[in-house]
Amino acid sequence: MSKKEKQLAEAFVAGKIGRRELIKGMSALGVTAATAGVLVNAAATQALAQNGFDWKKHDGTSIKLLLNKHPYTDAMIANLENFKVLTGMDVQYDVFPEDVYFDKVTAALSSGSSEYDAFMTGAYMTWTYGPAGWCDDLNEYISDASKTNPDYNWEDVLEGVRKSCAWNGRPGGALGSDDAKQWCIPLAYEQNNLTYNKRIFDANGLAVPTNLDELLGTAAAAKSAMNGGYGIGVRGSRSWATIHPGFLSGYTNFGQVDLNVGADGKLTAAMNTDVSKQFHSKWVQMIQESGAPDWSTHTWYQVGTDVGAGKSAMMFDADILGYFMNGAGNAEAGNLAFSAFKANPDAAAPTPNIWIWSMSMSSFSKQKDAAWYFLQWATGPEHDLFGAREMDLVNPARSSVWADEMFRNKLSNSYSGYVEMHDVSAPGASIKFTAQPLFFDLTTEWAATLQKMVAKEVPVDEGLDMLAESVNRQLNEAGL
Amino acid sequence: MSDATTSAPRARRFKVSRQLLPYLLSLPALLTCIGILIPFLTAVWYSLQRYRLSQPWNRGFNWGQNYLNFMTDSAFWNTLKVSMTYAFATVALELLLGLGIALLLQKRNRFNNFVSIMLLMPLMTAPALASLMWKLMTNPGFGILSYFATLLGFEDFRWASDPKTAMMTVVIVDIWVYTPFIMILLLAGLRSLPKQPFEAAALDGVPRPFVFWRITLPMLTPFLLTATLFRVIESIQQFDIIYAMTQGGPGDKLTVFQVEAYLNFFQSTNVGRSAALLMILWAITYTLSNIFIKNWLRLREKQRGNA
Repeated sequence: MSKKEKQLAEAFVAGKIGRRELIKGMSALGVTAATAGVLVNAAATQALAQNGFDWKKHDGTSIKLLLNKHPYTDAMIANLENFKVLTGMDVQYDVFPEDVYFDKVTAALSSGSSEYDAFMTGAYMTWTYGPAGWCDDLNEYISDASKTNPDYNWEDVLEGVRKSCAWNGRPGGALGSDDAKQWCIPLAYEQNNLTYNKRIFDANGLAVPTNLDELLGTAAAAKSAMNGGYGIGVRGSRSWATIHPGFLSGYTNFGQVDLNVGADGKLTAAMNTDVSKQFHSKWVQMIQESGAPDWSTHTWYQVGTDVGAGKSAMMFDADILGYFMNGAGNAEAGNLAFSAFKANPDAAAPTPNIWIWSMSMSSFSKQKDAAWYFLQWATGPEHDLFGAREMDLVNPARSSVWADEMFRNKLSNSYSGYVEMHDVSAPGASIKFTAQPLFFDLTTEWAATLQKMVAKEVPVDEGLDMLAESVNRQLNEAGL
Repeated sequence: MSDATTSAPRARRFKVSRQLLPYLLSLPALLTCIGILIPFLTAVWYSLQRYRLSQPWNRGFNWGQNYLNFMTDSAFWNTLKVSMTYAFATVALELLLGLGIALLLQKRNRFNNFVSIMLLMPLMTAPALASLMWKLMTNPGFGILSYFATLLGFEDFRWASDPKTAMMTVVIVDIWVYTPFIMILLLAGLRSLPKQPFEAAALDGVPRPFVFWRITLPMLTPFLLTATLFRVIESIQQFDIIYAMTQGGPGDKLTVFQVEAYLNFFQSTNVGRSAALLMILWAITYTLSNIFIKNWLRLREKQRGNA
């Protein structure tokens, strides 16, 4: 970096000049926008080193990470050199595709291997990893001033997201309770809302649905208007992942829960209430009338690519999936728009269930303090801002990043309605499942039951009663 | 100098006692056996435990309880039924098709040799990749097979997405991948059969169906049994085709043993149930293998006796 480039980047970080002046100045020096982003982050990293915190404490140490192939990982790797310069540490990593990623994590951790010091995870997975003793409670590090940078600002992480990564380990225990352990720290997260194809909607005079009944009507109207496409994309494979996105977000908006927690702490199935049966009936009807013909094999990938290719008019799934499908390389790039979705017309606000890509520390790591240095950097405000502004780290987990004008403008300019959608639904965004050890068993069975209902193999009422009976039996057998 | 080089090897010569030699010779086999036995015995050990990774505090021996639970577990009986149906359907159809193709290609000529090599291509494709290929071909939106189904009057045919046709779809994929294996085995068998009985039948003017049922088929039975043995063992342990196409769905239509055990371990982290399922699968495979091998040996003895 030349002296002039350095001065420009430092002036920008200090807030003395705006983005326009920065880009203009960098362009005059022949620096591309992407390189300018890295230079600005280097300046921010240098500023970070000046707050008195000893970033060089683990100079010369090497740590190893287990990462999932994802744009969040790409952002981390793009900025990694700055971490190395800041700390003098070396970082090795293995990146695996998502299909096999969690098998690799389970294999590595269950064997007690110390190969990896930290790893990417989802919050649901820590309900297994935490009680199994595979990952550490990160509260111990966050609250230790000698180990954590004073500018880390943990409270800056969105409350619903932060608390969703903390659990006390008691089946049915509330997430983020006072005695909860922080099993992981959010990198970024996804809410489940509506992504719709504005071109198709405008061409056919369709209005954006605002509740479940309207969703059914709009999806059916879109399907009949489209030539060979279908109305709405939602997940349908025989997996827990079918339940957690749009389905659970809509379900909880009607005040429904997956399990009841009794006064004695015992868990019982709660998915066969009258309201739940009505919700399931409408959901099943929506898929039968306007869903993908091969819905029962649809994972996030098919749901996303279909809306990106214009095969479906909308999807009720992760907002970031819509974000990526609106990018270059997709047939409908630039045509997708976003809307917060409140399935229940009487609900006060949307209640999106969320998926959180987070970082955890392996309990088998032999250099935990050094690993914590990486974790606090990767989830800190500087990297979050860099990722959000310059890469595709959406949705950032920090409120300060959501307040950043440059980031908001970036989204508003290319992703119609995204910022508004996020602002409306973020206050109600959190994990809506009951934390308990049988999470994957019960949600997979729920998805299989949904498949049977859509295939008309079992009526909704009967299917839910059978599911509740089976869930109760399994909970009982597991002593929950 | 030359003395030193010639005398040194003689001095270092290592003598193995006669008693130790057999053990040393069988050491590689013993080591291989240990490599198989350790994981096997570990699985047996786990199958006798209440062992779920997400509930480490609950871990303990429950002895045969995991197995006893299967008796009243409808999911287990469904798994058994689905696995048996899949194995029976695939092996039966593959035997019929493989035998038919082998008979057509029996005569040695350039064309038949070329076709038999070409027909081996699916066998060279990894089953998981073949499944993804078929998943695309059967996609209701753009799949070529869905297009043909529509031409034939099957509107909105949903292949593996529909519980009514899911089993049929994965069986078709299995047939596409593995029929060449049976075909090549039976073709080798047909071409190795002695010519005299066929020449004698031809001289006597014996009708071709009679030759097939009374001469070809009995002589080919050891080959048929071998092919069946290999395919049954592989088919009942099917994982990649089914998992890649449907993950065991829709509903529980295709939750065969391996898929169920995989999901139990990697998704539910229920090590005890997963291990018990695999032990049952091992017992079924072992029993079937024994039946086939005994019959194969019996037939071989019979043929030797006849010879």
